[in-house]
This record gives sequence, structure tokens and C-alpha cells, in this order.
Amino acid sequence: MAGKKKKPPLVKRIEETAKKIESKALAGQKPSMKFPIRSLANVRYRPRVGFFELRGKKKERTLTVGTVKTFAQTLRMMALSKELIEQDDMATKREAYYVSKNWEQARFAEQNESDAVIDDVEALFRVNREQMGFVPEEKGGEVAGRLVVIDADRDTGKKLRIDCTKFGSGAYSIPISVEHLEFETNAKFILAIETAGMFQRLVKHNYWKKANCILVSMGGVPTRACRRFIRRLSDEKKLPVYVFVDCDPYGISNIYRTLKVGSGNAAHINEFFCVPQAHFLGITPDDIDKYKLPTHPLKDVDVKRANDALANDPFIKHHKRWQRALQKLIDMGVRAEQQALAKWGLNYVIENYLPEKLAEPSKFLP
Amino acid sequence: MAGGKKKKREDQLGLFQTPSKARGTGLRSSKTSTMKHNEKPQAMAKKTTKKTTKKTTKKKKQDKTDTSPRKENKRRKPRRRQSIADQMAARQREISVSEFFTKNRHLLGFDNPAKALLTTVKEAVDNSLDACEEAKILPELEIFIDENAEGRYRVRVVDNGPGIVRAQIPKIFGKLLYGSKFHRLKQSRGQQGIGISAAGMYSQLTTGKPTVIISRTSENRPAHRFEVKIDTRKNKPESTDSEVSWDKPHGTSVELEIEASYRGGKRSVDQYIEQTAIANPHASFFYRNPKGEEHTYERLTDELPREPSEIKPHPHGVELGVLMTMLKETRGRNLRGALMKDFSRVSEKVALAICEQAQVSPTARPKRLGPEQVESLHRAMGMVKVMNPPTSCVVPIGEDLVRKGLEHGVEADFFTSVTRSPAVYRGNPFQVEVGLAWGGSLSSDDLCTLYRFANRVPLQYQQSDCAITKAVGETDWHNYRVSQARGALPSGPMVILVHLASVWVPFTSESKEAIARYPEILKEIKLALQTCGRRLAKYLSAKRREAEEGRKRDYIEMYIPHIGIALKEILGFSDRRKDAVVETLKDTLRRSRKFK
Repeated sequence: MAGKKKKPPLVKRIEETAKKIESKALAGQKPSMKFPIRSLANVRYRPRVGFFELRGKKKERTLTVGTVKTFAQTLRMMALSKELIEQDDMATKREAYYVSKNWEQARFAEQNESDAVIDDVEALFRVNREQMGFVPEEKGGEVAGRLVVIDADRDTGKKLRIDCTKFGSGAYSIPISVEHLEFETNAKFILAIETAGMFQRLVKHNYWKKANCILVSMGGVPTRACRRFIRRLSDEKKLPVYVFVDCDPYGISNIYRTLKVGSGNAAHINEFFCVPQAHFLGITPDDIDKYKLPTHPLKDVDVKRANDALANDPFIKHHKRWQRALQKLIDMGVRAEQQALAKWGLNYVIENYLPEKLAEPSKFLP
Repeated sequence: MAGGKKKKREDQLGLFQTPSKARGTGLRSSKTSTMKHNEKPQAMAKKTTKKTTKKTTKKKKQDKTDTSPRKENKRRKPRRRQSIADQMAARQREISVSEFFTKNRHLLGFDNPAKALLTTVKEAVDNSLDACEEAKILPELEIFIDENAEGRYRVRVVDNGPGIVRAQIPKIFGKLLYGSKFHRLKQSRGQQGIGISAAGMYSQLTTGKPTVIISRTSENRPAHRFEVKIDTRKNKPESTDSEVSWDKPHGTSVELEIEASYRGGKRSVDQYIEQTAIANPHASFFYRNPKGEEHTYERLTDELPREPSEIKPHPHGVELGVLMTMLKETRGRNLRGALMKDFSRVSEKVALAICEQAQVSPTARPKRLGPEQVESLHRAMGMVKVMNPPTSCVVPIGEDLVRKGLEHGVEADFFTSVTRSPAVYRGNPFQVEVGLAWGGSLSSDDLCTLYRFANRVPLQYQQSDCAITKAVGETDWHNYRVSQARGALPSGPMVILVHLASVWVPFTSESKEAIARYPEILKEIKLALQTCGRRLAKYLSAKRREAEEGRKRDYIEMYIPHIGIALKEILGFSDRRKDAVVETLKDTLRRSRKFK
């Protein structure tokens, strides 16, 4: 990942792009910009690399009467980005949306429009939006366990040691940017958890102490910061990552898959924002049988999502075990939540389920 | 106003017979009523006895006791029957025409004060137009309505028609149901209620004033002024007559004072005149309403509509009652001849086929046919295949004139019209015309406005019961880029005009304000609407394309400057450079849109 301070290259590239457009325009031609297509159809999964790689497909946005609005907005967004970088400032995506309100007719009506343009520019230059000066508002995730995070004091620049064992029943929040953090730990693994509810239970009973691990709450699909945090921590401290999510198509093909190999939408930055070493601890479809978990029927959207993943997701298509697991889920027609383990007692998950699972890491799904 | 007394047969049937029936039972003694009672059983007995007479001659004795309840009745219960009949007779009395009128004014279009005003104007105007057309004079009508006192209006309609012969005036205006012809089939307006004499009656009942008529038949003769009243007991006119000077060489003026109320807007007299002007482009109108507002509608053509020819009834469309009368009055000596003579499209072959189907001898004397024979004849007429009637008898307004009429009457951007070829329902020829106006100053928020016409007369009430409304609602306007709630009238800045011309317009009821939903009629209206709809869609999509082009042109003006601003911000060049970029880009894009 390119450091945030290396701004000249990006500014230069913005200027080069602008220059090209200008000269085409002055030559009486229609200028155009080429964007990589941001979708699952344009990524490739190579297990050796370990994440979704962008394939070559691009869409060309030529200036026409139909595209003139987005074209203008894209350029103005690039101008804003350049300004932010040069002034070493930042704008949240919401703020960027409000800045556009000063662009008269070129303003955005809704934030999702401006977000899409930011994503486009980000993909165009193949950089992370933070490098362009845009930050998301989303929360990064929460951490508890045997970990000391070393951050810096904003004013003095002095090192701050944050001990993640000392948040009591609370937790450490992952910041939006994690590149500058350093870590100290002697934990044996990282456990990434889907729901805040399960995270709370494990924290409350100091599970991290018992299992000597670091607990991370993802709160649904992990944010970029959360993915990057886990990746860096795992890379630097050589820790295995185990993922504990609901047993449903969303938990598998959205949450787990995004954490492990990245997303189709922002494939240009997957290289940094994924955790290829992650493994799927549970809940697996087999667990439903094995632990006789209470279930809910799969909704239509769930079935559709599962079938979609089987047909189109390069990651699932690569792993036979995952295909079998998803197919089994579809055949059973049910889903089970993490908290369903409470059927056998509230602390069954701590006393039985996790220890049993951790005893056989080879059985984890890829 | 001379020729305008063609009243419809329904009027005659409905109105004339009702009082006479009442009078009959009222005047006659119980004896006659006994006879009347007996008529029915006799007729019924015929049916049963006819077949059995031959067989049952031996059983006569038995039969006598079985089939002669009448005799028994006469003997056994004379007193009781008489007493009931007497009681009934005591209650029965002659009903005067005025009484009948008062009770049935809703049938005649005088339900409420507002409608009374409309009906009065309508009767006078319809009569004037019919008279002028029959005399081959281009109609020039003047209509004046003044409020004399609160709730009292004076209506005056003046025409340039042929005038009315002196001797006829009292009868025409002072006698209900004068001058109608029974089974004459000819396209005419005179289908709207009972006629001007009903208006005169209404005037007399509500204000006590006579109908004032001035009429002149030629330049060489003086004009006459009549004041006509109706003797409501005898249904006879009472009139005074005087010579007056009048500036018109020929024509008629009718003046009535009635209790009424005037209002504007939908279903108003103003609207009626406006729509009448649209449907009668060969006539000119001058109209002054009670508020003193004057409207002039110039004629749009100097050509009188072709005079509709009269046709004989078609076997498929004749009613049983009409058939009965026709057979009674026929000059044909035998049934075959009568059928061929009195019906259209009945050849000898067809006549024989009808007789065979009905199992009635073609040589039977028509006047002697029994009721059940007539009935089976009627049924047979509906079953035998007969060529469609000649369609020369329907006269449409004409495609061009419908459009021109709309163009004059409605402020809009787009006009189109269609006149269908004549078609036939139940043996009656009819022809459908549709006109459509869109845009302009018409309101786009509401449902479209629907103008309904039958034989050039605007229909203003009972819109929802009408075949025209149904056909418009059942047409899928979405196909033509017009929004429409399911089954309802489409909405948008649109006026739809539908005209049905026919020798016999099938109204749903006596009040003659809605057309019955015959499938053939619905189909024709829909086909005409669809043609207009397709043209409208073409117009609308062309307009939309134009608007789209305009919008895209605006896009260029709107967004290209932002590209300039952004490039300037990124590259930091001068304003002049920026303007150069913006202008060349605009040019490039405009060229690609094939703008100049």
C-alpha cells in the first residue's frame, strides 16, 4: 500500500488525465476516460495470490450529451481530490457530497451518486480513497483481547500504547486509517466475529483470556479498515485468522468472502484490503446437523444469493468444499445464527463449541 | 320551426297511450272492464284449445266444465267482482295532460330548474335546425336568455327557417304530440324529449305565461304573432293571432318564460350551445346568456349536410310492437308481399325464408295473423340472414368538419378526427365519428373532457351510463402515451368528441341522454378512438423527442462549463483557456447531436 504522504504521484496522475482531456477537447474531439468495471464479473480469483484480482475489463466513458453530467462531476471530484491532497486535508464521503452542493447544476442529488463517482475515480487511479483524501464514515470494528495497539498522539506525536485487555466490558475501536499502527501481542490467533451480540458474550466471559486470542467484531460485512487491521495484525504477528459467522448465504458469501478475498466493487484495492489467511470456523452447514441447532427457513433472497454465489462468485467456484457447503444449505432450506448455540446453554459456545472447533483447525472451510 | 315536429315514436307510445289508457279505464263502466279482463284468458285459451279442438270433440262435456271458469265466475261471484271493480272505478279518473306532465317531468327533461332551462333551449334549437335543414336553408340562430325575476327566465330562440303556416302554429306549440310520424326511419335530431310543446306546457305550469311565436313564411306575407296556451284538460291549443311587422323575411321566433335556474360550467346551456356549434359547422349561432355575455359562433362551411334518406325498417331491428302495427297497416295483400314492400333488403327469397322459418304461410293475410304467429314471425326475422340495410340514410358531420369544429371550439395544440364507414347494429345503420384535441390551454390535471353527440345533438347528462363513455374507458390509452386509471376516462389535456349518427339512436332510457351499449356500436367507437389515439401517440412522441433534444441541448449548456471549471482547477490555466475549452467542447457535442 502506497503511503499517504506520497502525494505527488497521484496529483500528477490527476493532472495528466486532465491534460489529456483538455488537449482532446481543444482538438475538437470527444474526450473520454476509461474506468475498470467494478463488479464481480470483472475479478479473477487466484489462490496463489489469495484475493480477487481485477481483470482487464474497462468501460470507456466518452463525453456525450448523455454522459456530460457524470463526466463533469467526475472531473470536479478529481479537482476536489487534488485540492484535498495538496492541502493535506480530508473529507468524509458525506462532506464531499455537501461540497458538491456548491457546484450549481453539477451538484449531486443524493449521496450515493457522489459515492459512486468517488469509487469510480478511486478505481480509475487504482488507489484507496483515503489516498485521495476521502474517508468513509463507517465504523471500523471493535477489538478486545491480548493485544497492545501502538498509536500516536495527534498533538505531540508521542507513542500511545493501547492495551486491548483493559477495556473491561467495552472494546477498542478500529480507526478509519490503520496504516500507522503497530502491534504487540502474544495471542495465538485472531477470532473475527460477525455479530456484536456474540462478541459481547465472549468479551464478558473473558474468552480471550481462556483461549489466548484477539477478538474482533466485524458488525456485518467488514469495513475496509477492519479488513486492513486484521490483515496487518495477522501479517506482522503471524497469527492465524478464524472467522465465526452465521450459517447463511450472507455470512458465507458476503461477510466471509469479502474478508478473505475482497469485494468485486473495489477490486482495485483488494490486494491490501483482504485477509487471504482467514479460515472459516463456523457455523458450517454440517454444524447445524452436528449440534442440532434450531433453524429458520431460508428466505427467497437467501436462496437467490446462494445460487448467485454458486454461479458467479469466482471464490466459491474455485472451492469444491464451499460449493458442497452452499449446496447443502440450499438443500436443507434453512439457516442458523451464531446465537442458536444458546439452545444448549448460554455459555455452551465458550465451553463446548469453540474448544471443539479449535481442536481441529483442519476441518475449517477454506 | 315548421318541420321540427317529428317526434319520436317512443314519445307517442309512452306519453300518448298512458293517459288514454288511464282515461279509458276511468270512463268505462265495470262492464267494459269485465270484457277487458276476459280478453287475456281468451287469448291464452286460444293457444291451448287450438291444438286440442280436434282431439277433444268427444270430450266436450268434460272440457266445458274444465275450460269455462268464466261462465262459472259470472254466475258465482258477480257481486264480489263488481264490488272490487267498483271500488277501483271509484278511484279511477281522467288524468289531465298537465297532471301527467307534472308527474313525469323527469322523463321529458324537466327534472330540475337547471335542466329545465337546458331542455327548453334544446327543444327550440333542435327544432330550428331541423326546420332549416329540411328547407335547405343555412341555419342562423339567435338565442337569448334573460332573467326576468329571481328564478324566472325568458328564453327566446330566433331562426331564419322557412317559417310556419299560420294554421299549424297553434297545433305545433299548443298540442302535445302533434305531428309525429310513427314508423318513419330517418336520421333527425328530434330525439331529445317530447318537443317544444312540452316546454310550452312547462312554461305555462310554472309561470302561467303563454308561448309567444312570431313567424313569417315569405317576404310577401306579413309576420304573425301568436300567443299559444294549452288547454290542459283537452290537450288542445288556445291561441291569439295578430299581424306584426318583423324585420326578417322568413323565419320563426319562439319565446317562453319559465321557472328555471341558470348556471355555468359543465352541463350548462353555455356548454350546450358551444357543443352544438361544434357539431353543426354549417350553422351560425349568436348567444346571449343571462349575464349578458355574448357569444358568436360563425359557420365553418357553406355546405348543408346531405339530406338523410328515409329507409324502411330492417328485419333485424324491428320491435315486436312495431311489427304488429306494420302488419295491420300494410298495403301488402299477403304476408310475402307485405314483407317485401315494408322492409328494407327483403327480396322474395328472403321473404319466403322468413315465412318458412316462422312456419307461417307466405300467402296468409297479414292483417289476420294471430299474435303468436306475429311473434314467431318476429323471431324468424331475427334468425334469417338478411343483407345489411343501405347506409345512405346516415349523414355524418364529416372528418374535416369535426376537426374544424374542434379547432374553433377548443384551444389546443393538436387536432385529429376520424369518420368511420357506416356499420349496422340490429338492422339499424349507424356511423361513428371521433375527434380529439390535445394540449394548449386544456387542463392537464383532470380527466379528459368528453363531448358526446347523437345525431349532432350534444348529450350532457348520464355520461357514465353511455356506450361512448364505456368505449373511451375500455380503450387502452397507455398505448398512446396517455395516462389512465383502469377502466376510467384517460386523464390529460384532452378533449374527445364522439358522434353517433343513426336513423335510430338506441338510448338507454326515455330521457335520451345515454346511448345503449350495443357491441357493434362499442366496437366502432373503439376503432375510431384507436385511430385517433395512434395519431395522438405519434404527435406526442414527436413532441417528446423534441423536448428530449431540447433537454440535451440544455445539458450541454449546463454541464460543459463545469468541465471547464474542473480542468482549470486541476491544471491551473487561465480563464481564456478555460473558455476556449468550453466553447470547443460545446461545439463538438452540438455537432454530434446534429444541431446547427
